[in-house]
Amino acid sequence: MSNDVKHEVMEYDVVIVGAGPAGLATALKLKKLNKDLSVCVLEKGAEIGAHILSGNVFETRALDELIPDWKEKGAPIKTKVTKEKFLFLNKKSSFSWPTFLLPSIQKNHNNYIISLANLCRWLAKQAESAGVEIFPGFAGSEILYNDDLSVQGVKTGDMGIDKNNNKRDNFEPGIEIHAKVTVFAEGCRGHLGKQLIKKFQLDKNRSPQQYGIGFKEIWEIDSTKHQEGLVMHSVGWPLDNKTYGGSFCYHAENNQVYLGYVIGLDYSNPYLSPYDEFQRFKTHVTISKMLIGGKRIAYGARALIEGGIQSLPKMFMPGALLIGCDAGTLNMPKIKGSHTAMKSGILAAETIYEHLTYKKDLSIYEKKFVNSWAYKELYSARNVKPSFKFGLIPAIIFTGIDQILFRGYLPFTLKHKHSDHESLLPVNKKLKIEYPKYDGVLTFDKTSSVFLTGTFHSENQPVHLHLKDPNLPISYNLAKYDEPAQRYCPAGVYEVQRDREGLNPKFVINAQNCIHCKTCDIKEPSQNINWVTPEGSGGPNYANM
Amino acid sequence: MKILVTVKRVVDYNVQIRIKPDGTGVETENIKMSMNPPDENAVEEALRIKESGKAEEVIAVSIGEEKAKETIRTALAMGADRGIYVKADSNIEPLAVSKILKAIVEKEKPELIIMGKQAIDDDCNQTGQMLSSILDWSQGAFISEIKFKDNHIEVTREVDEGLEMLKLKLPAVVTCDLRLNEPRYASLPNIMKAKKKPIDQMTVDELGVDVAPRIKQLKVIEPPKREKGIMVKDVAELVQKLKHEAKVI
Amino acid sequence: MSILLLAEHNNKNIMSSTLNSITAAKEINDDLHVLVVGYKNDSVAKDLSSIPLVKKVLQLDSSEYENQLAESVSPVIINIADQYSHILAPATTFGKNIMPRVAAILDISQVSDIVKIESGDTFIRPIYAGNALATIKSMDVKKIITIRPTSFDPAPTSGGNAAIEKITQLKNQTKSEFIRREESKSERPELSSARVVISGGRGLQSSENFSMINDLADKLNAAVGASRAAVDAGYVSNDYQVGQTGKVVVPDLYIAVGISGAIQHLAGMKESKVIVAINKDEEAPIFNIADYGLKADLFEALPKLSAELDKLNTIQK
Repeated sequence: MSNDVKHEVMEYDVVIVGAGPAGLATALKLKKLNKDLSVCVLEKGAEIGAHILSGNVFETRALDELIPDWKEKGAPIKTKVTKEKFLFLNKKSSFSWPTFLLPSIQKNHNNYIISLANLCRWLAKQAESAGVEIFPGFAGSEILYNDDLSVQGVKTGDMGIDKNNNKRDNFEPGIEIHAKVTVFAEGCRGHLGKQLIKKFQLDKNRSPQQYGIGFKEIWEIDSTKHQEGLVMHSVGWPLDNKTYGGSFCYHAENNQVYLGYVIGLDYSNPYLSPYDEFQRFKTHVTISKMLIGGKRIAYGARALIEGGIQSLPKMFMPGALLIGCDAGTLNMPKIKGSHTAMKSGILAAETIYEHLTYKKDLSIYEKKFVNSWAYKELYSARNVKPSFKFGLIPAIIFTGIDQILFRGYLPFTLKHKHSDHESLLPVNKKLKIEYPKYDGVLTFDKTSSVFLTGTFHSENQPVHLHLKDPNLPISYNLAKYDEPAQRYCPAGVYEVQRDREGLNPKFVINAQNCIHCKTCDIKEPSQNINWVTPEGSGGPNYANM
Repeated sequence: MKILVTVKRVVDYNVQIRIKPDGTGVETENIKMSMNPPDENAVEEALRIKESGKAEEVIAVSIGEEKAKETIRTALAMGADRGIYVKADSNIEPLAVSKILKAIVEKEKPELIIMGKQAIDDDCNQTGQMLSSILDWSQGAFISEIKFKDNHIEVTREVDEGLEMLKLKLPAVVTCDLRLNEPRYASLPNIMKAKKKPIDQMTVDELGVDVAPRIKQLKVIEPPKREKGIMVKDVAELVQKLKHEAKVI
Repeated sequence: MSILLLAEHNNKNIMSSTLNSITAAKEINDDLHVLVVGYKNDSVAKDLSSIPLVKKVLQLDSSEYENQLAESVSPVIINIADQYSHILAPATTFGKNIMPRVAAILDISQVSDIVKIESGDTFIRPIYAGNALATIKSMDVKKIITIRPTSFDPAPTSGGNAAIEKITQLKNQTKSEFIRREESKSERPELSSARVVISGGRGLQSSENFSMINDLADKLNAAVGASRAAVDAGYVSNDYQVGQTGKVVVPDLYIAVGISGAIQHLAGMKESKVIVAINKDEEAPIFNIADYGLKADLFEALPKLSAELDKLNTIQK
C-alpha cells in the first residue's frame, strides 16, 4: 500500500508514540533537560485522554519528581484517599479484611483518586507550553528502520483508504517521522511494541507476559451513599478460586464512583465472559445498594499488563526505547501503573539526553531503571501474581507471608509458565456459565455499554483486526472453544452468526465497535488475531476515564 | 474573490450528551469538542473553489470563547489562508452572529460566504439566511452542489420534495449540508504550517455590535422515555391496532 | 393583535405541514391569518378559507412568486409584519429558507422548530438532534417562530368560511432566479422525511429477502430503511442506514423487521410516533421501545402482513 505513494518526511530529535502518562512524562522531562530538543508526540485518539482508561488511585511519586509544583499549577489531583476497605465476597455477603492488616503495598493513605484522562490532558498542556508538538488523531502505524536495522522512526497511518484498500477521494498519505530516538509508549500490548519485542527479541529469557482485562464504569450515585475518598477493593464472588481478579470502587468528587473489575486473562474456562462477570458483580448486595437510584454515565475496557519483573522485556534497542505499559511496568499487586509508567518515561528522557549529548548508548537505560524505585517496588511485588496459580486462599496466605513478613524479598522468584492464550481449556472440559439477564438498571447489554464509550470508526475503511487464517474461528475455534472471541471481547466486535435453521455459522467482525482494548490480540488461542491501528482519530472517546 | 467560511466549535457528534442534573444545560466540560460537521463541508468547498482558481483567499471565522481559535486552526490546517476570531459568549444567538458577520463582511468584502446549514448543538438553521438578508445578498440554503458560471453561481438545494436548482447573483451566502463534498483530512505538515497562519482577533464592542440575548433558556431536559408498548398476538391484530388505535395507516 | 402563518403549498394544494402548523398557531391565538404567496394559487386560498381555524386568508398571486424564492417572499411578510404579534411558518425546508430572512430585518431572534407551546412567549424546542429538549422564553416584543409539523395534529379542513384578501405584489427581486425542480426520482418517499418507514435488519439474511421489505414499503407508501448490521452484511447500500451514524428519522410509523434494536439503531428512530417491532427473539431490546411488538418469524409474518394490508386497501398517503 505505501509503496506507490510518496511520503513526506518530518524530522525531530525525539518522536514519542502514545500520549499517555509514560509518553508525556518523557516529553516533559526531555524539554526540562534541554529545551532546544525538538520533540513530538503522536496519539491515535481523537484527543488526549480519549483512549485513556484507568481506575485510578494515583501515587504522586513520579509526578513530584517531574513537576514538583503540580499542585500550584492546577493539576487535576484533588481527591485524597480518606478510607480504605478490602472485601472478600461470597454470593450473598461480604467479609471486610481489617485495613491495618493489609500489606503496605495495598495502603493508599497518601494517594489520590483521579481521572487519569484529565491528568494526561493537563500534562499535555504543560508539554505544549514547553514546546512539545503533540498530534492527536495520528496513529503511529509502522516502524521505520535505518539501513543498519536500527529504528529510524515511525510512519503515521494513511488516511482515506476504503474497505477494499483502495484510495478514496480524500486520500492523505501517512507521514514518515524520522527521529534520533523513537520512544514507544503505546500502553499495554501496543501493536508496534509487539513487533519490536519480536524483532529485537526483547523478551528473550523472560517469563511469558501476563495480562488482565479491566472494566470501568462511572456512576453518579445518591449523595447519601457517596463517601468521597473511599477506596474499596474486593476479591471472591463472582469469580471462582482459580480465576485471578477482583473489583475496585473509588469514590471521586461530584458524587461519582469509579467502579471496575479486573480479570486475569489466564482464565481457563472458554465459556467465561469477563464482561458478564463484571455486570453480575454489580448485583452483589454491597455494590447494588450503593448503585440503586444512581445512573451509569460511562463504560470502558482495556487490557492491563500484569507479568511484572519476570516478564518485563529489555526496554532499549538500537534507536528506540520501549516504556510504560508497552513494556510492562505496572505493579499489579499495588493495582497501580501510572507512577511507574511516568518514572520509566523520566528515565527514558534522561537516557536520551545523555545519548544525544554525550553519545552514550541507549543501553544505559537498563542500569537507570534497575537502580530506580520503580524497579525496586516491581521487584518486591513480583511473587504476588504468580502465587495465584495455587488458588485464591493459598495465594492470600502466601502473599501475606511474602509481603508482610518478607516485604517482598523472598529468596526466590516464581515464574509465569504460560502465555495467557495457552490457558484456555476446550469446551468439553468446562461447564457453560449461565449469566443472569441484564436488568437495564444495574446491568446492561454490551451494545448499550459500547454506546457509552463514544467509539467511532469511519465505516468505509479496512478492518483493523487482521486474521492470519480467516477460517480458523469457524473451522477450529468454534468446535474446540465455542469461539471465545464472542465472550472475551468487551465491545461485541466478534459474533458467530447462523442462518434461519441455525446452520452455516459465519464469523462476523463488527470492527466499528472496537474500543482498542487489545484483549483479542492477547487471548486468541492460536494468536490468530492481530490488532493494528485503524484510521487515526478512530476508537473510543472516553471523557474522564 | 475572497471567500469567507464560518466555523463553530461544538460538542463532537460522536459524544453522548449528558444533561446537567440542575437542568441548566448540556455538560460540556471535559467533553470532546470539534468543528461542526457541516462547517467542515463549507471549508472544503471553499478550498476547492480556491484550488480551481476562482478565489484567491479563504478566510475562516469563528465566534465564541477562546477555544474557538482551535477550530479556526483546524480550518487553517485544512488549507484556509487566515482566520478571524471574535470573542463572545458561547451561547450567542444567530441574530447576533449574523450582525457580527456583517461587520466583518463590510471590512473584508468577500464575494461568497459558505456556512454549514446548522450547528449540531442548537440546531437553529438561521444564521446563513439572516446574514444574507441583512446584507441584501442572494441566498442558497441547504446546497448539495455549487457551480460557477461567469458572474453568477448555480446551486442545487436539497428540499423536502427533492432538489431545486437556482441561479444566484454574486455576492451570495450559501449554507451547506454533509452531502456537499467529502472534507479532506488535515495532514501533519499542514497542521504545522497552520500554526504560522495569522488569526486576527477582535471583540464585539470593536465591531460595534449589540449582542444582548433575546432568548432566555429556562430549562433543559431529556426527552420523555417511551411508555412500554404491548405485544400483539398476530399480524391481524397488529394491522387492526395500527389502523384503528394508532391511526397511522 | 392577530397572528400570521405562512402557508406551505405548491400552488395547487396545501401541504400537510400547513395543517399541522395551523393547529399549533391556534394555541397561541384564535385570530389567525394565513398568508399564501404564489402564482395561480386560487385553489389553495379557497382551501385555506375552508379551514375553520383560519380567520382570514391573505393571498398574493403573481408570476414572480410562482417558485416562492426566499428573497421574493420575505419582503412580502416584512411589509405586513407590523400588524401581527407572532409570525409563524412550518419548520420544513420551505419555512426554514424564508423565515430567518424576515426575522433578521425585523431584528427578532427567531425561535426554530418548536414542538410544544407553553404560552405566547414560552416554547419547547429540540436541541442536539432531539437528544435534549430546551424550554425557552422569547423576550422580543414580536415573535417569529417555525413549527415542527409532526408535533401537532392536522387541523380539520372543512366547515370554515374565512375571507380572502388579495394583497399587492412588491417590486421584483433579481438576486436569485429559479431554474428547475427535480422531484425525488424514486416512487418511494425519501427516508429522512417519510411518514412511514419500514426497516430490515440482519434477520432478513440476504439481499434477496429485502424484496419483502420493498413490497411492504410499496403497499404502505413507505420509505425503506435498514440497520447497520444489514448494511454491513451487504443486503442494502448504506444510504438506507437508520441509526446513530446513518439517518435520524421521525416518521409517524416505524416498522422494524428482524432488527434487534441495538442502541445505535434506536438513536436513529426512537422519536418515531409509533414503533412496531417484528422479531422472533422476544428478548430483543427493540421490544422495550416498541408500541406494538410481534414475536414472530419474519418470513411467516411479512407475507401475512402483506395480505392483511391488501384487505385494508385504504392506506393513508
